[in-house]
Formats: sequence, structure tokens, C-alpha cells
Amino acid sequence: MPEKIDQTQVKKVAKLSRLELTEEEVQQFTVQLSAILDYVEKLSELDTEGVEPLAHCLPISNVFRQDEIRESLGTEKTLANAPQRDGEFFKVPKILDDSSWA
Amino acid sequence: MDHLQYKVVVGLEIHVQLCTKSKMFCSCAVEFGQPPNSRVCPVCLGMPGVLPVMNKQALEYAVLVGLALNCEIAAFTKWDRKSYYYPDLPKNYQISQYDLPLSAGGFIEIPLESGKSKTIRIIRAHLEEDAGKNLHTAGNFSQVDLNRAGTPLLEIVTEPDMNTAAEVRALAVELQRMVRYLGVSEADMQKGHMRFEPNVNLIIAKDGIEYRTPIVEIKNLNSFRALEKSIDYEVSRQIDEFFETGKTLETGTKSTRGWDDVKEVTVLQREKEDAPDYRYFPDPDLVPVQLSKEWLEEIKSRLCELPIHKQLRFVNEYGLNDYDAGVLTADRSTAEYFEQVVAQGGDAKRACNIITQDLLKLANEKGCTVVGLRIPANHIAQLCKMVVMGVASATAATTITTIMSGSPDKPPEVIARERNLIQKSDVGELEAVVDQVLAENPKAVEDVTSGGKKSSKACGFLLGQVMQKTKGQANPKVVSEILAKKLE
Ligand SMILES: [Zn+2]
Repeated sequence: MPEKIDQTQVKKVAKLSRLELTEEEVQQFTVQLSAILDYVEKLSELDTEGVEPLAHCLPISNVFRQDEIRESLGTEKTLANAPQRDGEFFKVPKILDDSSWA
Repeated sequence: MDHLQYKVVVGLEIHVQLCTKSKMFCSCAVEFGQPPNSRVCPVCLGMPGVLPVMNKQALEYAVLVGLALNCEIAAFTKWDRKSYYYPDLPKNYQISQYDLPLSAGGFIEIPLESGKSKTIRIIRAHLEEDAGKNLHTAGNFSQVDLNRAGTPLLEIVTEPDMNTAAEVRALAVELQRMVRYLGVSEADMQKGHMRFEPNVNLIIAKDGIEYRTPIVEIKNLNSFRALEKSIDYEVSRQIDEFFETGKTLETGTKSTRGWDDVKEVTVLQREKEDAPDYRYFPDPDLVPVQLSKEWLEEIKSRLCELPIHKQLRFVNEYGLNDYDAGVLTADRSTAEYFEQVVAQGGDAKRACNIITQDLLKLANEKGCTVVGLRIPANHIAQLCKMVVMGVASATAATTITTIMSGSPDKPPEVIARERNLIQKSDVGELEAVVDQVLAENPKAVEDVTSGGKKSSKACGFLLGQVMQKTKGQANPKVVSEILAKKLE
């Protein structure tokens, strides 16, 4: 049976997830992910004609909170688990390709 | 190029920060200028095991804008996760809306300089959360402040219906005026409440063939000026590039360019070979939203007259020119104040002059709105009547409004009397003064009656004498009439 997914696809997904994989891992995940896809494939045996796509697995909607302020953690607690800090800021590796919002 | 024919094509993506008190999915305060990382909790910090809960106000604000943009409001919407790999959103995804945005398929009317308007189609408007801020340091690292992370943002996407930089600016300004009227955003450019990303390209006609240049998305625009300038720059840059490289939409690649506000140029950031893969999927932590008819009607009832409609009505109903109507309707409370003055019997044109020339200047000096000066509308209406009846001159009105801004409760008549600003228009009283002046200045009288070069100068001299004798309180219009009659 041909693999559902090839090594190029695994490498692409890894890149999108910012994961660094060894060649061994690429081979291993290609087999594993293909097996998972085979398993999911079983679902397509079901007749889903006329069935609306499910947006959420719980049959509820409209869970809201009122627009009220509650106390935040404060700078010290916020930074407590940070691997590195710089004063009141999180310290992170320099962002080169900055297409973030800053 | 002798007959270079080209058309500019611009579509705009706008992010508007909604002015809720708390963030979109947690109860942290949305507050500008707070100590870094002080408005952060486990939810907006992306800690494992936390559960985001939707802010109802943010949703209703977004629906309100969707309605004002004439969009179809979805009866069913949901939240999706969009992959994101920058440290200013520590969850590694942004909560956004993908295939079921809360509003789509609308339009906005924008005023053009000609006094006409243009309709720009809106593709969609959806809600999403903002990221924090990355700050770049001189050292080999970046700083992250998460206070802004999780702030509700409305993303509005237009069709590429704009054809000049001025039109793009007009849309941005109109949208700012609209969201402020609706009270859903402060839309303060300096605080980053509105951010623009235009997509720009050209259709160039050459040798009877139409060529489309590759699309460029411009980033880092945080002022109307930068928005307009960057598009003008892109237009000339794309023309040059086309004639240098011949690259078109089909043969070139889409690219992102940043705006350098100092050098006033766009700088290449990256070229995209293929569309980015954000791998959207429904957020399992958030349940969908169903908008009932009743709820939608209730939100609809909060809509107000939109600024562009108000501006048009001020022209038609009060006979104001388009420019003045634009100044009055720039701020909703000022426009409403103007209408209160008119309703209290103030002449519309006088009221417009007093508000746009005197009160706006005073308000700017005080750093408040016209309403913030706290001068009762009926006092301005009275002042209008005084000017129309000739009891106060336009100059006196300026003095009176300045005093009013210091003591808002004092009626204009009292101020005018206290400061001797009442203009004399009584014909009998002024005639006596005119007679006296004529008797004292026979030479000037002769110059006027004999006609010729010196006539108008002498006439002005006599008028000046009357004004001097009345300490500037004579109504110059009435004096001129008396003079003309006596010297004809
Ligand atoms: Zn929070």
C-alpha cells in the first residue's frame, strides 16, 4: 500500500511548525503519519450526504463574559516562569524576519 | 514616457482596536501606556489548561461596525486558530475567524474632494485578537511586552476599488470618523488603534496591451500621511520597475514592503513564492456564536446617523458648504451641538462660523472638544441672534466666545454689556454722530461729493471718524448706509 504522505510533506509540516527533525525522524514520522491518515480514512466510509460540518463538538453556543476588568498577574508574576527577562520585559532571541505586529 | 497610461489599483486591510474595557478572551484591562507586562494573566500568556471566554461587548461592537458597513451579518460564526510564530503571541496561534467571518459583503461610501462620494466594496470584517509588542534593542535580543496581547481587533478587508492615494486616505479617514461615531473605538492613530496594510499594483497600457504589475503589500503604516505617501511612492516605483524588468503579475512575485517614515520610501521585506500556510482550524476552546434575529435587531437599534450622511444633510438642510459640513461632522458631539444651537433658534450659517472658527480654536487650545468647553447651546444660539440683528459684530462675537470659554454660564448679552461690546445700530442715534463728523470734516465731504479718485478714500475716512467717536461700537453697515444717503 502506498504511503499516504511522503518525506517532502513531512519536512514541510515540520518547517511550518518550526521543528527540526533528523533524517531518521523524518522516515519514522512519514510511516507514523501515514498510518494515522489511513486510520482517519475509515471515516470516509460513512455517508455524510446532507450533514452540516461540525464547528464544535459540544452542542452549545454563546458563552460570553461581561466586559469587566479583573486584576491581572502583575509584571513580577507574569515574568516568573520566563526563561530570560530584561527588566520588565521577556527577553527573546532577536527577531529578524519581523512580519509580526510590532 | 509621452503617453504613459496607467491605473492605480488599491485594496486595503485595516485593523481597528475596539475600545472595550477588558481584553477579548480574558479580564485583563486594555490600557495604553501601562508598565510592561503588567496587564497579563494566564489566559493571554497562553498557559496550558486555561480557558478563554468571549467578551460580549467586543462581539456587539464588531457587529455594529459590520452593520454600518452594510455587511451581511452571519447568524452563525465561530473562532479559528491561525498559526503564528512570533513571541508577541505566546500561544503560537492567533484566535481569529477563517471561513465564517461575522460579517461579509458590504460597502462604505467615502467623500471625494469634488463633493461627490464613491462606493468601496467591503469583502469582510471579522474579529481577532491583537498580539503584544516586540521591541528591538541594540543588543542581540528583543524585548516582549504582552500588555496588548489579546486586545480585540476588527479586521476589515476591502475590494481593490480605490484608484488614487487620496481615495485610500479618504476611506481611512471616513472609517475613523465612523467607528468614533459608533463609539466602538477611540481610533487614535498615535496609540496604534488603526493600522493599514494596502495592496497596491498598476494596470499599465503599453502598445495597446494592458499589463498588471506584481502586487505589493505595504506594512508599518500608522498615519494617514504615511498611508497616502507610501502609495504615491509605490506607484512611481512600480512604473520604474515595470519598464526596467518588465515583470508582471503573472511573471513576478507578490512582495511585502515596509514604509520608512524618515526616508519616505518603501523597502523590500520579503517575496512570497506561495501563499502562506496558516493551517487554520476551529478553536476547540471556544464555542460558536449564534446571533438571533432579536439580538441583531437590538444591536441595530444602537446605530446612529453615519457621518457621511450627516455631512450631506448639513449641506442640503442648512445650506452649508461641503467643507464646513465636513469640519462640523468630523466629531459626532460637535455635529450634535451644532444642531442643538440651530434648534434653539441660532442661524445655521452664523452657528457654523462661530463653532468652526471660534469654538474649535478655543477647544484645541484647551485640549478638549467643543462640547467640552461647556458653553450651553442656547447661549451660542443667543449669540447668533445678536450677530444677525447687528447687536454684536463678528469681531465682538469672537471676544464674547473667548470670555464664555472661561465662564461658560454667563449669557452672551451680559458679557457684551459688561465689556461694552454692544454694537449700535440705531439709525437716529448714529445719524447725529454722522452729522457731527460731516460738519467737522468739510474737506473730506467735498472730496466725496466731487467724486473722482479721492472719493472712496475720503468716504472711508469719514466712516473711520464715526467709528472712533462711537468707540468702535457703531454698526459699520448702518453707518455706511447713512453716509451714502447724506452724501449722494
Ligand atoms: Zn489576560
